[in-house]
Amino acid sequence: MVDVIVFAVAGLIVLAGGLGVVLNSNPVRSALSLVASFFGVAVLFVLQEAHFLALVQIVVYAGAIVVLFLFVIMLLGVDEVEDLSIEPLSGQRIGGLLAGAALLVFLLGGLFLSGGDEGAVAVTGTESVTQPIDETQPNIDNLATDLFGRNVLAFEATALLLTIATVGAVVLVRNAGAEDLSVDEPGRADH
Amino acid sequence: MIALVAQDTQTVALPGPPVVWSLLWPFLILAVGGVLLVTVTSVVPVLRGRSFPAAFTCLTALASGLSLIPVWQRVDRLDLVGGTIGSGTEGPRSLVSGAYAVDGFTVFVTGVICVSVFLTALLLDGYLRREGLDGPEWYVLMLMSASGGVLLASANDLIVSFLGLEILSIAAYVMAALHLRRAESQEAGFKYFVLGALASAFFLYGIALVYGATGSTTLQGIFAAGPNAAGLDPRTDSSLILAGMALLLVGFAFKVSAVPFHFWAPDVYQGAPSPVVAFMASGVKVAGFAGLARIFLYAFQPYWADWRPAIAALAVLSTIVGGLLALAQRNVKRMLAYSSINHAGFMLLAIHAAASPDDGGQRGAEALLFYLLAYTVMVTGTFGVATIVGGRGDGRHDLDDYRGLSRSNPLLAGVMAILLFSQAGVPFTSGFFAKFRVIGALASDGSYALGGAAMLAAVISAVLYLRIVVSMFLIDNGEAHEADHEAVDAVAGGRAAPEAEGDTLVEASPEASVLTSVRAPAPTALLAVCLAAAVTLVLGLLPDLGGGILSDAASALLLAG
Repeated sequence: MVDVIVFAVAGLIVLAGGLGVVLNSNPVRSALSLVASFFGVAVLFVLQEAHFLALVQIVVYAGAIVVLFLFVIMLLGVDEVEDLSIEPLSGQRIGGLLAGAALLVFLLGGLFLSGGDEGAVAVTGTESVTQPIDETQPNIDNLATDLFGRNVLAFEATALLLTIATVGAVVLVRNAGAEDLSVDEPGRADH
Repeated sequence: MIALVAQDTQTVALPGPPVVWSLLWPFLILAVGGVLLVTVTSVVPVLRGRSFPAAFTCLTALASGLSLIPVWQRVDRLDLVGGTIGSGTEGPRSLVSGAYAVDGFTVFVTGVICVSVFLTALLLDGYLRREGLDGPEWYVLMLMSASGGVLLASANDLIVSFLGLEILSIAAYVMAALHLRRAESQEAGFKYFVLGALASAFFLYGIALVYGATGSTTLQGIFAAGPNAAGLDPRTDSSLILAGMALLLVGFAFKVSAVPFHFWAPDVYQGAPSPVVAFMASGVKVAGFAGLARIFLYAFQPYWADWRPAIAALAVLSTIVGGLLALAQRNVKRMLAYSSINHAGFMLLAIHAAASPDDGGQRGAEALLFYLLAYTVMVTGTFGVATIVGGRGDGRHDLDDYRGLSRSNPLLAGVMAILLFSQAGVPFTSGFFAKFRVIGALASDGSYALGGAAMLAAVISAVLYLRIVVSMFLIDNGEAHEADHEAVDAVAGGRAAPEAEGDTLVEASPEASVLTSVRAPAPTALLAVCLAAAVTLVLGLLPDLGGGILSDAASALLLAG
């Protein structure tokens, strides 16, 4: 019973946050609505006993990513209130609504039609196809075993990826040192 | 509380998976080489010049290539190392808990990537000198990108595949934009980044769906969950895996620029620095094909009847559309971009043949590997010549800029002619045997319609290569041509007269500066294109050189079948 109540409340927060993102005309409010929505999702994760995922949801999404959004919004000017009555692309809203409705229909259809007699079971994944998590160990320990055991190569490869990102970011924003090079610029002959 | 903490620190000891370092060397040399290069050149400014990074990169590629020899000798006698899902007798030998696989196929592809890095490093050296650019970052990024390619080709787990793909691609995006003084380069980098990121998203979504359908991300696990395995797994939802495979195929098709996912290629190839394009068209594409072949021919082998028609459609579209659109171009780099789309179609045809359950399978896999090697060498060489002809500013890529090349630099024109004939598939070049093997594999598989389409496409694309050759060798009386000749004569006069300083003359006339770069190209770049042409000829005259290697590597790819 508590589960259902928590689910309902968290679900309402997620929905209200989502609507707030779309309907607010002030981008800062939209971004903050997104935070609310992320918090609701985090609560849903806790409900599923995925505590680590809930933590990551708050730290990474609600923390880092939305702060990044806010940075960009503030850089572009926080006072700008978009006039939502103008459609930059005509027919954009109708198209968006139709696409959203189609997605909903497909999702619900997939949920209830696939899997034959079992109905929704096939998609909602009540039966886990992977190994059950070792219940005697805390989540974090399981995660560590997985991350530094089975997936250690992927973990290390991520380090390489971050190195590339750092090198790339540094060289791309570096001052070019001269004017734009036009084609056929006379050069030295010592090539 | 203290006792609790103490207890925790004791339980932290986590046994890592067994790692067979000796088999990881080819990958590690490239990756560590890149990290080492960026560290050393940041700490020791003296080494930040142009010669050291180029030499270091060439040596790293060479070392990685040489380290493949002991690995190759061990590959056949390897036992399964580390814990993996699936049986130990089939599929690649895996290490680092089944995330990285080593077999003849990955060794071969790693070798091809090393060749690409080696040749591109030579080209980059000449390019950076000519453009007045320095900085070891080009080489650092290329080495890291190559290590990502090796990772993608050797991945035995879709997560590692994705990381390999990202390492490969992100470094390539940065390299495309790295000529900071050219707006075209920045634009190319941005386009490549946006479209590549979209493709990565498709790829990742595909991985998620495949994981949902099979409950595993390892290639063995996915294979074992397929319908061919003993006892149909009731939990395999076939529509999920079909969608997953489709999305993965889209992701790969973007990377190898197969029609209809090719739109980025001509724009990016045109704008990006020419040596970088040489690497993108060779190393990056080879790694993409290796990942595609590994995942589809091994993990998705049980579903081959489902994905094979999609590959065939992509292949035929790529060969025909690539060839036809290339004919409409006047910019040589765009032409070569469409020609590489055409080549991608041929390699997809080889994968199509390799998926055949009977004799065509082995021949198709051999054709794919031979094509990858031949294509890498000739496309690197061709873009190498384009780099040299491009001149300072890297902008002279119109067909007219190739006019009279046979007069201003006969060696360069000859090399380009060999490479272009090879791309067209003229006998006695590697390109002929590459195309011949693909069509032969298709024929032995019974796919005569596809073979016919491939031959038609080869004829169409031959016209495009001939256009470049004709403009290099035939002399007409066009006005632009006259201007070129005046400039050539002017430079020649400047050289002949001892009192005339070559430098001042070059400063005076931009036209002459470009022509000088053609007349006296950087020795390293010239070495690279000559090497490429030589290998193309050797492979064309002795196509069975190392034939055992090819068939061993090919059969490793098909062990699951």
